[in-house]
Amino acid sequence: MFDNVPLLLHGFEIALSWHHVALMIGGVLLGILVGVLPGLGAPNGVTLLLPLTFSMDPVSAIILLTSMYWGALFGGSTTSILFNIPGEPSSVATTFDGHPMAKNGQATEALTYAFMSAGFGAMVGVIVITLLSSAVADFALKFSSPEFFAVYLLAFASFVGLGGGNPFKTIVSLTLGLAFATVGQDTISGSLRLTFGFDELLRGISFLVAVIGLFGLGELVLTMEEGLRFNAVASRISPKKVFQTIAKMPRYWFALLRGSLIGVWMGVTPGGPTAASFMSYGVARRFSRRSANFGKGEPEGVVAPETADHAAGSSAMLPMLALGIPGSATAAVMLGGLMIWGLTPGPTLFVERPDFVWGLIASMYLGNVVAVVLVLATVPLFAAILRIPFAVVAPLIVSVCFIGVWTVASAEFDLWLVLAFGVIGYLFKKLEYPIAPLVLAMVLGDKAEDAFRQSMLMSGGSLGVFFSNPLVGTLTAIALILLAWPIVAMFLGRRRAGVAAVPAHAERSPS
Amino acid sequence: MPSLTTKIALGLLGAAAVAAPAAAEWKPVKPVEFVVASGAGGGTDQFARLIQSIIQKHELMPVNMIVTNKGGGAGTEAFVYGKLAGADPHKLVFGTNNEWLLPLVTKSGYQPDDLRPVAAMAVDEFLLWTHKDAPYKDAAAFVAAAKEKPLQVGGSQSKDTDQILSKRIEYATDAKFTYIPFKSGGEAATQLAGAHIEANFNNPQENVGQWKGGQVRPLCVFSPQRMSYDQKVTADMSWADIPTCKESGIAVEQYQMPRTVWLNAKATDEQAAYYAGVMAKVRETPEWKEWLARTSQTDRFVTGQAFADQVKKEQAEARTLFEKAGWLVTN
Repeated sequence: MFDNVPLLLHGFEIALSWHHVALMIGGVLLGILVGVLPGLGAPNGVTLLLPLTFSMDPVSAIILLTSMYWGALFGGSTTSILFNIPGEPSSVATTFDGHPMAKNGQATEALTYAFMSAGFGAMVGVIVITLLSSAVADFALKFSSPEFFAVYLLAFASFVGLGGGNPFKTIVSLTLGLAFATVGQDTISGSLRLTFGFDELLRGISFLVAVIGLFGLGELVLTMEEGLRFNAVASRISPKKVFQTIAKMPRYWFALLRGSLIGVWMGVTPGGPTAASFMSYGVARRFSRRSANFGKGEPEGVVAPETADHAAGSSAMLPMLALGIPGSATAAVMLGGLMIWGLTPGPTLFVERPDFVWGLIASMYLGNVVAVVLVLATVPLFAAILRIPFAVVAPLIVSVCFIGVWTVASAEFDLWLVLAFGVIGYLFKKLEYPIAPLVLAMVLGDKAEDAFRQSMLMSGGSLGVFFSNPLVGTLTAIALILLAWPIVAMFLGRRRAGVAAVPAHAERSPS
Repeated sequence: MPSLTTKIALGLLGAAAVAAPAAAEWKPVKPVEFVVASGAGGGTDQFARLIQSIIQKHELMPVNMIVTNKGGGAGTEAFVYGKLAGADPHKLVFGTNNEWLLPLVTKSGYQPDDLRPVAAMAVDEFLLWTHKDAPYKDAAAFVAAAKEKPLQVGGSQSKDTDQILSKRIEYATDAKFTYIPFKSGGEAATQLAGAHIEANFNNPQENVGQWKGGQVRPLCVFSPQRMSYDQKVTADMSWADIPTCKESGIAVEQYQMPRTVWLNAKATDEQAAYYAGVMAKVRETPEWKEWLARTSQTDRFVTGQAFADQVKKEQAEARTLFEKAGWLVTN
């Protein structure tokens, strides 16, 4: 297990040159910039930088790109918290409590919590990579379509099975999201679905367009209705508060550990950072002592998803390098880069180019430290944005939203689409329909569907495939238990209360 | 003092001298958009971005280039975009043989004739791969096993190149496959490495990592001759050591994927010739040759009428196959 330590130390020798540290700082700053502009996002930023790296040596190139990636992830959390606009799918869960905190005048605290827990999660992820690199790569190979479906089901179950809210409204929101995810070409049959012969719908409905509309525009309309101001005006912004918040971090040690575990697990398996952040938020909300406070600005609701997001994001680099599976759009662009630099991602990369792999891993340690320090320094600056009068900020947010939507696919149609989603977002809030299930279904819905139908092709239509080996069987069982948790909890509660338990046992199916 | 006729003659000559190059050599006058029929990071994306960087480095065009990814509907989005570009000759579409295959199997909103073929720059090979613990020692043994009971094979997308190849093998040999579509060749490679499927038909670049790592091995290549790259990839094998499928007894002699460049059908001969000329220069650069070697693609440059004829021929063949498989749709 510790055989890798000398290799890592050698990696530090490579990564700690002035040239590379300068690249890290530059990359992180650029990343924060593209992360803060929603829609520009990490994948586009990395794509724009890619041609610049062709003349660099591969180690410098990957350090620049990954640093930019970290920066963009942090920048994405910033807009989630301040404006309710998640820059990346994986920072959606951060909006649930992060934005209410900002509205309550705790923007500085929310940002600091987010960055500190993100940094913590990323560190745990990198340490896991360092210690377990070979074992993890083998483990990821065990995953096929049934296992993937079980992982997605687990993410759905841990989030949707939550108590609270009207279950019928949750189902409406969830199924709408699944329908939006269906638009476009179907992987399994190759045919087009729900495009109604309309060319603009060929590429499907972009998740980012939906999210910018639902969260960004919807929130703006609501804020306007509520009186044209953020409540943050009165709050004092001082760097001191950043340190005070950091000092409060140990209070959330359990959420940090649990988030890291979920994140590392989802990153390695590879369910991805988005599934991880939703799952971590869902689990935290269900089992926290301050459960009732979630959604109203609970710090633990920021800590949980951020830790898991970054733990998954960094540990997911391992399957990418060792197996060549891109865990995200950004990773896919980086994989393309690896090939252009003349490297072949795959099991032999660790053997053939240890200087590259360990230089990269060392740069992940350093890059994350650099990123946390830099973003913490920007907290007072960003928090101050909320003190600008709403009448000035709102038009800016609207234009940033539209620019972000335009950069997704340079399509005029998307500009109308985002308006439509803005209206849906507003109506959902007014009618108290939860938006989160819709978003979760859009992100994971088509992946889950593909995995399910691939499994059915493999098994010849038998559902038994989801219990065909210990790995998938355990995952499916945990998912079903989580899905049925409200009923189980009720049952246990009655028993404890000494009331004669009615054996209201119900078969729950994963539909 | 020159006579009036001489003056007129000189004047006409002068006018002709000015007009002649303008007619013979069209040049783009504003930035050219490279429209990529795949998402960022895929093979087609690398193809377009590499050409962009080569043109930039060697200054082969007087204007800038912008690369945009339009990968919706397996690339349909890019071709529809090319169709909607109308007579604007500043939009080049980069794809594969999907330009003429997609309209046969999906309601796609364009016809292959809506675009004008400019050049086919190279062909990517297809191989039959299996995992390291599979019992088949060669392609013949694999086909024999697939005749006994259907084998699970995987590939990228549905009714696309990989599944078409699986159908062609079925028709040629009476083997039976259960085809499982994945999102990309990369996913199919990982699934094969983990022995979750029995075979895939990946391009060299998509499986080379797993091959080097000893997780998968090639059985045969769907090419008339063996591949030319004879540098060792594993301890004892190079690409050139892989037998062709024909010599292994599978009657599918040739199955390759061209990397193609398109203009809108309204583009003129001069415009198509100009871009074909630029691509011909790209093909001569060391960067291009190096990319082909690194990704183990085969050099084959076709342009003009020869390319148009090839498109017609391959489309007719595909139509026959799709009809038999029951995939055909009318657009």
